[in-house]
Order: sequence, then C-alpha cells, then structure tokens
Amino acid sequence: MTLAKRIIPCLDVAGGRVVKGVNFKDLVDAGDPVELAKFYGEAGADELTFLDISASVEDRSTTLDIVSRTAEQVFIPLTVGGGIRAASDVDQLLRAGADKVGVNTAAINRPQLINEISDRFGDQVLVLSVDARRSKTESGFEVTTHGGRTGTGLDAFAWIADATSRGVGEILLNSMDADGTRAGFDTEMISRVRSITQVPLIASGGAGKVEDFARALEAGADALLAASVFHFGTFSIQEVKAHLAQRGYSVRQ
Amino acid sequence: MIAILDYGSGNLRSAERAFSLSGHETIITSDPEICASSDGLVVPGVGAYGACMKQLIAASGDTIIKSRVASEKPILGICVGMQILFSSGTEKGGQLGLGIFDGEISQISAKILPHIGWNTISSPKDSLLFKGVEDQSFYFVHSFAAKSHVDGALSGWSEYGEKFMASIERGSTSAVQFHPEKSGDAGARLISNWVSSL
Repeated sequence: MTLAKRIIPCLDVAGGRVVKGVNFKDLVDAGDPVELAKFYGEAGADELTFLDISASVEDRSTTLDIVSRTAEQVFIPLTVGGGIRAASDVDQLLRAGADKVGVNTAAINRPQLINEISDRFGDQVLVLSVDARRSKTESGFEVTTHGGRTGTGLDAFAWIADATSRGVGEILLNSMDADGTRAGFDTEMISRVRSITQVPLIASGGAGKVEDFARALEAGADALLAASVFHFGTFSIQEVKAHLAQRGYSVRQ
Repeated sequence: MIAILDYGSGNLRSAERAFSLSGHETIITSDPEICASSDGLVVPGVGAYGACMKQLIAASGDTIIKSRVASEKPILGICVGMQILFSSGTEKGGQLGLGIFDGEISQISAKILPHIGWNTISSPKDSLLFKGVEDQSFYFVHSFAAKSHVDGALSGWSEYGEKFMASIERGSTSAVQFHPEKSGDAGARLISNWVSSL
C-alpha cells in the first residue's frame, strides 16, 4: 500500500475549445475539451486539469458547461483553474462538477481569498498555482502573473508560506524558466519548495523526456503535470508510468 | 431508488452521475421522507468534521441516518460522510459524531498532508464492496481517518505514514474513506457492488 505518484495532463481552454495545440490522430476533434478529457481518462491520467484562459463573461459560462459535460463522462478528479476571484466562483465550478479549483493571480492581489475559499469548502479544494521564475528576491525566485510575463516582486517562498498558512490543499509549482523548453522540470526549485512546505507538490513546466518525470519525483514532487508532450503524443501517460515503475516509483496501472 | 443526502456538503453531481450509471434511479435530496424510504442512502461529505456535523444536524441528517441504521436500511458513507458515523473527530478542537461506529477520527501521522491521490487497500475477505476490485487503487483526499479496529465490522486498511481505515462494512451500514465516484472503473465496480446489494 503506497500512494501512487500522479500524472496530470493539463488542457488550456478558451471559448470552449482546447487551445495551445493538440495533435492526436485518433481523435475526431482534438479541440473539444470533453473528448480530450475522456481520451486522457481512458489513457490512464490520474487527474485532469482545465486551465480556463478565456477573458470574457460569455466564455465563463461556456467553461461551466464544459466542466459539467466532462464530469458526466470522466470519473477521475478534475481541477479547474483560471479566473477565480470569489468563493461564489468556486461554488459554481463545484456544482458544475469540478473537484478542485486552482487560484493564482486573484489570490496574489487579495490573499484573503484563500481563507474565504478554504473556510467554506475545505483546504483540500484549493490548489495554489505558483508561476515562479528566477529573480533577485530573497529566495532567488519571484512570483509572476500573466504566464510569466509580469513580475510581481513578490518572493515565491514567502508567498507559498503565507498562502499555505491560510489553507491550501496542494501547490502547483510552475517553472516559468523551464516552461516550454522541454529541457526538464526545474528540480532545484522543486527540492527547495519541498523543503519549506508540508502540502503535496505538483511540479509543472519543462517536461520533454520520460526521464524528466523521474527526476522531478527525486527532487520531491508528489505529482507531475504536463501539457504539450502528451497533446503531441511525444510519449504517452502509460510510457511515463512504465518508466517510473521501472525506477521503483509507485504508479497506478 | 437511491437518495444522495444533500446537506450542503460535497460535489454531489459527480456522485449522482456515478450512482445512476449503476442503473438505479438516483436523486439528490434533503427530503427526510425520501431519505428514510429510499432503497439506499448515500452520505457524502467534504471539508471539516465539525462543519459537516453542524450542516448534517441542521438538515436532520443525524435523525435520518440513525433511524435507517436502527431499521437496517442500507447506508453508504463517503469521505467525511464515513468519518461522521464514528463517535468523534479531533479536527479543529474536537467534535462529536453520530456514534454508529465506536472510535475517534484523528489526523494521519504523515509528513505531507492531505493524503491526496490513488492508493491501494488491503480489503477484507468476504467484503461485499471490494468484490472484483480487491487489488485496485482508489482516490483519496483527506487528512483525518479512523485508526482502530471496530468490533463486529469488516474493515479495509490503507497506509500513508501510518495504517488507517479505508472502508468499513457492518450489517446494512457501509462507508469508505476514499471517493468511489472519482475512482474510475474500480470505483464504478465498487458502487455497483453496493447497489446490487440493495
């Protein structure tokens, strides 16, 4: 009996469609998030993350509709992030069928949001998404917004300490330096964040080879999130799991 | 008919969908009469122990559950819906539970909490719930659990930092610490095992 290391594909959704490129030969419509969610559910994903990157109110109701259609067909946990500014947004998403929500920018702007969500729905519902990059802050890592383009001047480690004391269930640690490089996860950042926090850590950004996943676990990650390597079929979730099992990590088969 | 007790706790929609897939009519309700007369009652629950108990009592869920236990009508508790069936919980200062099972719900001794993700279970021989999925993984999200054996009950055990109770079955009352409605095919089988016993 060992807790399995989780593999989590991430879908960027805007206006009801998966964006940022998905290239599957065996899907009729690679842009349909519900169809992709189903595909990943059957392919052995341990959880799914939808990142709502749309900006308009109309897109918001589309997202709720996607969440509810996905929840009808996919029986693994679903996290939805993006655009959550109030506990009422969380309530809507949970009612639609989300199991967890990811918060990022709105919590940086107003940290009390974390208390409001965790007091009402429990810590376990909240995934704190931290987009961090190397910078001249105290820890050497700074929190960014807008996909790493905007620096906040906020020290990433101080922010993680503050946020977890308010009540978060997990941290999704995105390396803005590694993101999109396919050069591997930022293992230095993972192991340093692991040493300062006691909640589960999901590592994200930089996955390029199956070996990268094992290295991130070695550095202290509890779960691993990736997008493009899965969307483009560079390798499958099962190939990652087979490699991890071979290396002695517990995975769900 | 299966009633999912709506007392303001939990993502009830996915539970409703998962149970209705078993072929039984399933409704989300807080109506005491429907809950009392349904073939099976599902008691969900997320969040803190005390908050769940408070909401449960406000919705008369305590009375509904106790009278179903007394008349041996099937109940399935899920996550905190399992925990509140025990005598008490230590979360946030301590709270009394329904006392259907003797024992305390306390924090798991592990370095990293919550215990989130897929874990396997040492399931009891003769378990109704785990028939055909004895060696499968199920999805957990919790920091607290029951840890001591309950007399006269069949229990499944899992481990995260320490051994804790993952399931309990006694007479018509069953409960699981994990989320069968989020546990893929294995969870669907467990749900259908329970439903077929109604």
